[in-house]
Amino acid sequence: MATAPTTVEHAGLTWGPRALLRRLSSGDEIARLVTLVFALTTVLITVMIVEQLWVLSAESRRAFGFHFFVSQVWDPVFNQFGALPFIYGTLVTSALGMLIAVPLGLGAAIFLAELAPRRISDTLTFLIDLLAAVPSVIYGLLGVFILVPLMRTEIQPALKHTLGFLPLFQGPAYGIGFLTAGLVLAIMIVPFIISVSREVLLAVPREQREASLALGATRWEATWKAVVPYARTGIMGSIFLALARALGETMAVTMVVGNNPRISASLLGPGYSIASVLANEFSEATGTLYVSALVELGLVLFLLTFVINGLARLLILVTTQRGSGVAQG
Amino acid sequence: MNLRMAWRKTVNAVMLALTGLCALVAVSALFFILGYLVYHGGKDVSWDFFTKLPKPVGESGGGMANAIVGSGKLLLVAALIGVPIGLLGGIYLAEFGGKTVPFVVRYTADMLNGVPSIVIGVFAYGVAVLPVHHFSALAGGFALGIMMIPIILRSTEEFLNGVPRAMREGAMALGASKWKMISSVVLPAASSAIITAILLALARVAGETAPLLFTAFGNRFWSPGFGQPTASLPVMIFTYAVGPYDDWHRQAWAAGLVLLGLVLVINILVRTVLSRGVSAQRS
Amino acid sequence: MTMRKFFGLLVLASLATVPVRAQNINAAGATFPYPIYSKWFDEYHKLHPNIQINYQSIGSGGGIAQVVAHTVDFGASDGPMTDDALKQAGFKILHFPTVLGAAVVTYNVPGVTADLKFTPEALAGIFLGKITKWNDPAITAANPGVKLSGDDIIVVHRSDGSGTTYIWTDYLSKVSDEWKTKVGKGNSINWPVGLGGKGSEGVTGLIKQTPGSLGYVELIYAIQNSLPSGLVKNSSGAFVKASLDSVSAAAAGAAASMPDDFRVSITDASGKTAYPISSFTWLLIPAQIQDAAKREAIKGFVNWMMADGQQYCEGLAYSKLPKEVVAKEKKAVAMIQ
Repeated sequence: MATAPTTVEHAGLTWGPRALLRRLSSGDEIARLVTLVFALTTVLITVMIVEQLWVLSAESRRAFGFHFFVSQVWDPVFNQFGALPFIYGTLVTSALGMLIAVPLGLGAAIFLAELAPRRISDTLTFLIDLLAAVPSVIYGLLGVFILVPLMRTEIQPALKHTLGFLPLFQGPAYGIGFLTAGLVLAIMIVPFIISVSREVLLAVPREQREASLALGATRWEATWKAVVPYARTGIMGSIFLALARALGETMAVTMVVGNNPRISASLLGPGYSIASVLANEFSEATGTLYVSALVELGLVLFLLTFVINGLARLLILVTTQRGSGVAQG
Repeated sequence: MNLRMAWRKTVNAVMLALTGLCALVAVSALFFILGYLVYHGGKDVSWDFFTKLPKPVGESGGGMANAIVGSGKLLLVAALIGVPIGLLGGIYLAEFGGKTVPFVVRYTADMLNGVPSIVIGVFAYGVAVLPVHHFSALAGGFALGIMMIPIILRSTEEFLNGVPRAMREGAMALGASKWKMISSVVLPAASSAIITAILLALARVAGETAPLLFTAFGNRFWSPGFGQPTASLPVMIFTYAVGPYDDWHRQAWAAGLVLLGLVLVINILVRTVLSRGVSAQRS
Repeated sequence: MTMRKFFGLLVLASLATVPVRAQNINAAGATFPYPIYSKWFDEYHKLHPNIQINYQSIGSGGGIAQVVAHTVDFGASDGPMTDDALKQAGFKILHFPTVLGAAVVTYNVPGVTADLKFTPEALAGIFLGKITKWNDPAITAANPGVKLSGDDIIVVHRSDGSGTTYIWTDYLSKVSDEWKTKVGKGNSINWPVGLGGKGSEGVTGLIKQTPGSLGYVELIYAIQNSLPSGLVKNSSGAFVKASLDSVSAAAAGAAASMPDDFRVSITDASGKTAYPISSFTWLLIPAQIQDAAKREAIKGFVNWMMADGQQYCEGLAYSKLPKEVVAKEKKAVAMIQ
């Protein structure tokens, strides 16, 4: 090769026998191959996970087919398995969590990104990032010892007293159940909504804000009428991300949800989520159909979180691309 | 006109207060959590807690020494699996990649990141427990390591990409081969950021319980080596918290405090100390 | 499949580098006898410091599943394995009774300190979801003089695969035709009502913290947590409380006619003083154990358990094995090869 390469991209792409030898002797090719192998290991592991889920659930899929998704019966004695109570429980607890966490998280994100002075915003963001690091089992611990008694003695009776005419708030006040699990989930996903929404809001180009302010808007009006609508898709993305996280949450929910595969209209009643039934019953499922049914539930959960995560990333990508004009992978 | 202006100003102030309140509520959750743990767990974090083994069921006393060591072992294995794959994979994506392979790798890494931890536990059971016919710290560490991979991979790629072109070209101009450039210039430049990511990934998996239920299982005694089931802090917290014994509850609080303390200390250290180095380099 | 084997080989290879001097035996299963098992394994470890038997109480269902999957060296269950399950296992598994215990009805009713009496019909009705209030006639009739409120009964059952559930539902199936046809017996059943707790520990915890709740646990869990245990009407018509004597009385009939494989149900036993919801609990040991050192260690433990181990029973409210059963078991140990 006559001329030395001038840019990084061309450094590794020269062909020809002499170049190949030179590359090999300098260790570049080896390095490239080795790192390629490790990069592909990630793909391998993911593929294996999907393969295992698919293969191990085959027996259940064959036995129950579509009926699996509409049957409420979970009966290991008579080998009848239906996913509906768990899908219901997963969706209800997650929806409850989102209902509480989204307004709260969005409000906080707007405050941190747009309205608060820089120093306060930075400190609070730092603290909220720490909240995101708290392990699930700690939330479960606090849920069991602090929240559940509170729900049972104060909150649930109060709800029954005031809103008890609604079927949503009827039945005994157990303390554990859908509502408690939803509350715990809400606290867990709030930090995610805050941090991603904040990033998305910060990515909105300054011109939007400044144009609005130049027209005489108050700080809030500029935020609410110019910045937030611009970042709307990204905020949706953050909501989806938080939802995906809530769907897969295991420990905290298992400790407070009541572990009863029943579909009840009342939020005060006990329920069950896919992740919880896996945690409770997987190590003791005897018989291949039982195990297969559980794995099929795991497959359902995996697909659910996969789809929602994918949507989330798409939405966030769209917003940040629009904002900065440069593709951010 | 004045009335309208006054209204808009009021709305502005009210919304400022409301959103500020939201932020305050979110942040206060952190302080509540810490507060309760310190209050309930503080008195039971004793020397016994760190040095003794659990007592038989129903007897009070004992500690979680084996769980603490067990968690340490699990994190070691997790790091040995997660760091090489994540780091080297990230290097490939940032330095060598073309179009398709990086796209596929990034896509599957994101997919892996979204897999619920209980599903990873089920997978690890099928792959690392069943074929060898026992539960082990290795299987548990394997499950945790898988969870670390996407975090480290994407972070490494991002931080390596962030190293200024000028540094790379300088090295190449001096005649360095690609690998030499990577190993002696680019990597060290991004090193503190990458270490940040690794430590954060470790802190994240240190608290994971679900994947350990069917892999590391549990152990009343010391777990020798890495091939036997082992106790771990998160699983002990879970087991003791749902049990009936008051003594178990006290120990669960103490263990919760220790675990949260560990996780928070790593997070705080990493975000303050190491990030300072990162932002200095970036600018 | 090959990928699994590859990872497995990797794991094995790394295990080979770890020297193991002590005998590490892993077991899992029933929570019913967990208090005495944990005491036993602790004491045995003190006597034989190089033998460590790590028992994880994950429920009888887990004990069966894991011993069948060969991931533990032996399992434990209070519901004996059915013929189907034994056939599905693909290899021979032996049952070794260890102690006798009682599944008691425990409850948390604020203001009620007396031990409540329950008829079989009342218990079946409560768990079927047909009796929903504490002041239901079925309960008040058996407890004259006790003031019971109109609060809801919060039923608590096991959320995991449980031998205690097996014992409980085995009893209910015997005393209630409706239960037998609608629900049946097993380690994991389709519960008509109730909250689920994980393990006997979880159920006890739930009951302790939930006023108005009622559930079933092994006797020692109620005792250790200061929860009451109700009296149950047995087949002779007497209301009996679970105790060392009443449980041994329930086993008396079965002891003499114990089958060779030790799988027997003693619920709803005859006898005036018998507690009707008693049961043996078993260790599930594979008939063939390749590793000679492990085999000897396990056999050694079983022999110790039948002799010295039994002295720990009374302190934890379990009844000792009847003499006839011990004699038969001693011979059966030789079957582990």
